[in-house]
Amino acid sequence: MISKRIIPCLDVRDGRLTKGIKFEGNVDIGDPVEVAREYYEQGADEIVFYDITASSDKRDIMIDVVRRVAETIFIPFSVGGGIRNLDDMRKVILAGAEKVSVNSAAVLEPDIISQGARAFGSQCIVLGMDVKKVGVSQQTPSGYEIVIEGGRKYTGIDALWWAKEGENLGAGEICLNSIDADGTQDGYELNLTALISDNVHIPVIASGGAGRPEHLADVLTTGRADAALIASMVHYRTYTITQIKNYLSDQKIKTRLLW
Amino acid sequence: MIAIIDYNAGNITSVARALQNIRQNFVITDDTQKLDAASHVIFPGVGAAGEAMAYLRQKKLDVWLKSWINTGKPLMGICLGTQIILDYSEENNTECIGLVAGSTKRFPEHLSSAGLPLKIPHMGWNSVTLKRTHPVFAGIEPESEYYFVHSYYPSPSDQASVLGTTDYGMSFCSVLAVKNLIAMQFHPEKSGRPGLQILKNFCAWRGND
Repeated sequence: MISKRIIPCLDVRDGRLTKGIKFEGNVDIGDPVEVAREYYEQGADEIVFYDITASSDKRDIMIDVVRRVAETIFIPFSVGGGIRNLDDMRKVILAGAEKVSVNSAAVLEPDIISQGARAFGSQCIVLGMDVKKVGVSQQTPSGYEIVIEGGRKYTGIDALWWAKEGENLGAGEICLNSIDADGTQDGYELNLTALISDNVHIPVIASGGAGRPEHLADVLTTGRADAALIASMVHYRTYTITQIKNYLSDQKIKTRLLW
Repeated sequence: MIAIIDYNAGNITSVARALQNIRQNFVITDDTQKLDAASHVIFPGVGAAGEAMAYLRQKKLDVWLKSWINTGKPLMGICLGTQIILDYSEENNTECIGLVAGSTKRFPEHLSSAGLPLKIPHMGWNSVTLKRTHPVFAGIEPESEYYFVHSYYPSPSDQASVLGTTDYGMSFCSVLAVKNLIAMQFHPEKSGRPGLQILKNFCAWRGND
């Protein structure tokens, strides 16, 4: 049977690895290519790169990172952040990434999902969703709202509606990030994850809040996630991916144990 | 020299990088003369069957593949490159190359495992149960897992051509092997160490069982 995937997420700015808490106060913690290789050797099942480079003239630095990563690791990886059109997608895919993730750009111009799926196949297109809990209202019947610009801007879009819409438009996977849980290391937003995962037919990667291996066990069972994104807990070397996988294995959660 | 068939289908760079890593010389080409000169051919692919077949026909690569298979030299299919060597694919209702009898089918809706519904595409790491040994799988631990991403699966009509199966709420053929052909649904170039070993074994294979 299929294994649950453990996916470290590397935030990259100007070609260097960073990890921020609630999107503020990012600190430089290393070379993304070196760190990607280290995680590959620890048994990461996939790697997510999120480019938070602010200025567009430095975008090509990321393409170079993607190229070097593709020469170094032989597992799938995706790139998100700053993907605005088909041309951005093509650059990243040609440099060697399997998948591109679209977030704000898809909210502003949903057609980018269907265009991307037509050009590169659904399996290439990950819909990244940043979500905040807002309470049930007429506008947000699920109680969760899509936010963009790193969580600063509310869109008025219901998160559950948007997940289904993304699937209809051709996204092959959803990376679901809870802004409330992100950076807290207090555990994933289980209700949100289960709600989305139960209502779409494509795989869901849970993101935001991982601090201990138990959190991953919870989101992969109660949260019904197909994969779990992790960051600080491995970036700060509190745990290795191997340790996390061994813990999940003890909990009878199937992950890939041989690599 | 290894040749990778260039037919505008996605993951060619990934296959090339994996071959670089295992120090194999290769060409990426759609020129049938260059392909003829190769010792081994890799037929990769990501994308949809309809478009891929249209492109292959336009370049006459479908005909070329049939002639290559008769030379007895090794051919490896990967993902879409595996699906379209069968006669027919349900994806875009497409007539395919027909190197192996059978068809490519869509996973049925409502697959489940342990009471929980399974997602389509089948995306992620899964294992392969081999029905017999094969030189291309030599030295690989049976518990190894490989990276899959697909909504359709190969279904050859002759069970003898099934080398390996994978479980995803149902058992499907994940590796086909007939004489000098080996074809897999997963991506060896994205399957870490065991995947690289498969590519290495393929490059050393002479095309016999």
